[in-house]
Amino acid sequence: MSTAGFNSQNGTGTGQTYANGPSQNPVALQQLPGVSYGMTHQPSYNPMPAKAPPPTGPGLYPSAPYQPVPPVSSYQPGPQITSYPSSPGQPLLPRPPLSGPPSHTPPQSASPSPGPRMPPAQATPPPPAVSSSSYYPSPQQPMAPAWQYNTAPPPMGPPTSISTPPRGPVANHVNPAASLAEPLPPSLAPYSTAPPPRVSQSVTQPPGPGMPPTSMLGYTQPGTAPPPMNPMVPNTYQPGRPAYGPPPTGPSPIGPPPIMKPTPPPTGTPVANTTPPPPKGDAGLAQPGPPGRHLGHYPSLPPGYQNASAPHGTSSMHPAMQAAMQPYTQAPQPYQQPPGGPGPAQLSPSLAAMSLQSSTPEALRVVNLLQERNLLPPTPVPAPTPCLPQDLQKINCNPEVFRCTLTSIPQTQSLLNKAKMPLGLLLHPFKDLSQLPVVTSSTIVRCRSCRTYINPFVSFLDQRRWKCNLCYRVNDVPEEFMYNPVSRSYGEPHKRPEVQNATIEFIAPSEYMLRPPQPAVYLFVLDVSHNAVETGYLNVFCQSLLDNINALPGDSRTKVGFITFDSTIHFYNLQEGLSQPQMLIVSDIEDIFLPTPDSLLVNLNECKELVQDLLKSLPTLFGKTMETQSALGSALQAAFKLLSPTGGRMSVFQTQLPNLGVGALQSREDPNQRASAKDIQHLSPATDFYKKLALDCSGQQVAVDLFLLSAQYCDLASLGCISRYSAGSVYYYPSYHHQHSPAQVERFQKDLKRYLTRKIGFEAVMRIRCTKGLSIHTFHGNFFVRSTDLLSLPNVNPDAGFAVQMSIEDNLDDMQVVSFQAALLYTSSKGERRIRVHTLCLPVVSSLSDIFSGADVQAMTGLLACMAVDRSVTASLSDARDAMTNAAIDSLTSYRQSVLTIQQPGLLAPACLRLFPLYILALLKQKAFRTGTSTRLDDRVFAMCQLKYQPLFYAMLMIHPALYRVDDLTDEGALNINERTIPQPRVLQLSVEKLSREGAFLMDTGTVMYLWIGRNCHPNFLTQVLGVPNYAAVPENLYLLPELDTAESQRTRAFVGWLRDQRPFYPSLHVIRDESQLKANFMQNMIEDRTASALSYYEFLLHLQQQISK
Amino acid sequence: MWRVLPSAVSTCYTGKSSHMSIIFQIIAFDELRTDFKNPIDQSNPTRARERILNIERICNLLRRLVVPEYSIHGLFCLMFMCAGEWVTLGLNIPLLFYHLWRFFHRPADGSEVMYDPVSVMNADILNYCQKESWCKLGFYLLSFFYYLYSMVYALVSF
Repeated sequence: MSTAGFNSQNGTGTGQTYANGPSQNPVALQQLPGVSYGMTHQPSYNPMPAKAPPPTGPGLYPSAPYQPVPPVSSYQPGPQITSYPSSPGQPLLPRPPLSGPPSHTPPQSASPSPGPRMPPAQATPPPPAVSSSSYYPSPQQPMAPAWQYNTAPPPMGPPTSISTPPRGPVANHVNPAASLAEPLPPSLAPYSTAPPPRVSQSVTQPPGPGMPPTSMLGYTQPGTAPPPMNPMVPNTYQPGRPAYGPPPTGPSPIGPPPIMKPTPPPTGTPVANTTPPPPKGDAGLAQPGPPGRHLGHYPSLPPGYQNASAPHGTSSMHPAMQAAMQPYTQAPQPYQQPPGGPGPAQLSPSLAAMSLQSSTPEALRVVNLLQERNLLPPTPVPAPTPCLPQDLQKINCNPEVFRCTLTSIPQTQSLLNKAKMPLGLLLHPFKDLSQLPVVTSSTIVRCRSCRTYINPFVSFLDQRRWKCNLCYRVNDVPEEFMYNPVSRSYGEPHKRPEVQNATIEFIAPSEYMLRPPQPAVYLFVLDVSHNAVETGYLNVFCQSLLDNINALPGDSRTKVGFITFDSTIHFYNLQEGLSQPQMLIVSDIEDIFLPTPDSLLVNLNECKELVQDLLKSLPTLFGKTMETQSALGSALQAAFKLLSPTGGRMSVFQTQLPNLGVGALQSREDPNQRASAKDIQHLSPATDFYKKLALDCSGQQVAVDLFLLSAQYCDLASLGCISRYSAGSVYYYPSYHHQHSPAQVERFQKDLKRYLTRKIGFEAVMRIRCTKGLSIHTFHGNFFVRSTDLLSLPNVNPDAGFAVQMSIEDNLDDMQVVSFQAALLYTSSKGERRIRVHTLCLPVVSSLSDIFSGADVQAMTGLLACMAVDRSVTASLSDARDAMTNAAIDSLTSYRQSVLTIQQPGLLAPACLRLFPLYILALLKQKAFRTGTSTRLDDRVFAMCQLKYQPLFYAMLMIHPALYRVDDLTDEGALNINERTIPQPRVLQLSVEKLSREGAFLMDTGTVMYLWIGRNCHPNFLTQVLGVPNYAAVPENLYLLPELDTAESQRTRAFVGWLRDQRPFYPSLHVIRDESQLKANFMQNMIEDRTASALSYYEFLLHLQQQISK
Repeated sequence: MWRVLPSAVSTCYTGKSSHMSIIFQIIAFDELRTDFKNPIDQSNPTRARERILNIERICNLLRRLVVPEYSIHGLFCLMFMCAGEWVTLGLNIPLLFYHLWRFFHRPADGSEVMYDPVSVMNADILNYCQKESWCKLGFYLLSFFYYLYSMVYALVSF
């Protein structure tokens, strides 16, 4: 069915599917004054016979580089690795998970429900606003009105029994690959002690034989894939363990709040007093030397810290190892609380602080930040686990995909306002998943009123009816849904994969597409001005594309095209049948048109040789250009015209400020203001040209990805709009040069490879729904907001993250859980329309202490960073900085006033928020928000883009880099992945006091890694890892670890490689010495230390304390 | 007589133009909020262009009304000031300052006054705009009757 003027056929594979789009310019059929063909040799060229092979001969290229050379080495006819990567059997990029412990954590409590509702524990009035600038609702920023949804949900009905007999075969089925994982009846033993689940879920999730196999859950675990035969082994409850103990998942701030515990555990032995005080300090591998070995001139410890930093006993086992091997029972080192005994449930947290014998949940343990120094867990901080019943938590969405800042949702907006914490979701919806259940179904079961997809958190009233968990409407179960293709049984709708998996993908039936799915279309827009040729990026780009041309995601309809531009726009006719590519130059940049609309985008499979010819000759073609101007705006307009009939992806490579034609920009940066402590200007775009063009692109399903390779100011704030509103991505390589910056070149190569071969979804929309009563009000990321809950994403890529802010419009009084559902509808590169659905379920709580105990500090930091970026663009940078500081002050004040009953001196925080001030300080010192340190405007804007666009895990590395000591790596506690041994040094605090001259330290900031070599570094490390005889011989620009055949070298390389494998982009590595220029960058990341313009961590804490006690 | 003039003119103004513009705003925001009702239709890529054009069109219309509304309101404040209608002026001053604040806190990229199509669909902004329109409608309605009253009063006492 063709609509809206698209004359398109589907699946013909001819490459001529879109013959004449509506916006192609008929002018091109005439003789054009502004066009000159064939490198200006031939004055006239008739573009009419575009379909026929044009005459070859004079007037084409200078012949030498364009002889049709048979493809040689770069052509790889091997098996394509990008067959659809989302199908369960074919992981495209099997990566280890991003955090240590496996994600499917069982809940700590086997208690059947959050229990009887209790009134809020504290009757304290809301704390006074500490400051005027804050993110919380104020008269200037009114919250959404509460009158939108005003019907209270009906009460949950009791379940009725399942008794409908089978009714024969139905047409519904699941993908064969997904159904390979046959559920085997797991042993009942692990559940024998579990109390029966709560009523409303009992039909949906019966404990016992109905448990889904773990292999359907879709997330790999490091090295140890859970055997499908016995899926519950990692989740086994230990009978001797008190059921209400503190969270067992390592040092994470999780755990059931005290008043949610209705019953004492049946078998728990009170072990509260038996555990020694939590070991602190660097007890792990990366033990720095004694104090005398520290660098002398670095600041010593502030007095308040010294008593707390004495190292305690060393664990016999590495924490990461423990986390990997026994993730639910391990004893985390610095924050371990003894598994709580069956003490009184309402024990106040402050009592817990006074006596170590309490049973306060770990997340609410009171930490005096001024006294406890070593707050950083030795392994990456895991996400807290929502306090849900076990059966719900087990199937809940992976926190890497879907995460909420508060894992316990407050009942009312006033409660949320009192807690002073931001409420929002962080999503990574198109993340590469190694296992994803895919369902093919003729009907996709959705709620009839709110269109929610059926998910594990709905309740089945009986076998024929289910109740939506978002709007509480009762729906019928369709006949097809009664058949369960996994167990091949009838009459068990609650065992279908849709109801067993929180993340699932549907292959959409035809009613989800009113036009045929678009083919994969890639257009490359390349800057070939003098500046661009100087950087030498064209070589790298062409070579990368040649290498990966067969790995581009797509099918037989895939199309590619090329446009180059300097002061004129050059098109390339790649029509099948030509012997050489043909260059068409349009110099009329004011009124851009397409010279031959049909043959500029060609089918990749049919014209592969021409494309390869072009790529081989392109770098040399402009080698001697003297053109310095850049007409980027016109080139983008031309590219938009070319792509608008089909939609697709436009990759723009730009190396300088566009200074010609439409969209020309002026340099706005004053280098003298880079280090200014005053407000930073020019963070918002200078022109709305790029924004408007991006909207046009979004309307035609075109996404623009921007690669900026420039040494000078390029006004990313303006240029970035083109990607931001068309759901593209931005890559920035400052000071890229093919000779002077080899690390950048390597990063560019690796990024390009990933960019070209990664999965892609076209013409996508994402809708985020949430339970009635909650409402989403602000979105962060790269997209266009098409409706209040619908994001328009012309392209979606696996490296894009999103964040949303929410408010509570109606009271959630009678709900125990709320759910969020993100549904991403996209066209895969194979031309299938697919829907990926993620559902997250969270408990609702009514007391402030519960809210605090469920706070997810990393998610809060990520969301605050997004909000601060918005604030610094709309208001000012200092405003944003104040607001971030106030966020920390407000939440800690609220905690102190409302949750703590006994006031103590010091800066008190619940254990789950203990890293909050550190992260806020890290944000204040982040490139995006810092003041007083020289920061180029483009660097700053790029950091802001990344904070908004990156998934949380990568953004956290940008905010708070990880520091490891790597000169003494051992195999103790190492991970073993694919027969590689990967040592796991502990994460160190970002303070110079942790450095020592005898060591070598690796700092991982996400996109860059620094390996700092101490002056007195052990010669063994220098020779065995770096391959140099002594410290002085360490080269200045070392960016590769030599591949030496020594154990130390292998360990170090394995560790660095493992870190790199965890993320989709390629972090470059710089080996730096004390004299290196990059040492300043390294030292700037030491965020706990004082700099000339910023507070140290201790001073920041004192500042917070002062504000809080005011 | 000169005392009657501002009241008379502003009565006409508030009675007609500002009400019309505000009512139009309310309708426009309502239209922005209601997308295509059929969700399958809504997620259809061919609808995207239509919808985006629609949003841009509405935003353009809204923006075109901003300057006339603000300037006419400012003009009447000026007239009240000249006529010495201090009470009336006092009633209008807050709105005047609000308008000034609104006008000078617009996005920095040149042409746009406000109602940026890329951000207007964020629910908080939309809600804010909608609430603003309703409040203004109420204010203009009340002031309409007040001006009517003052005009009649002035005429009677004249």
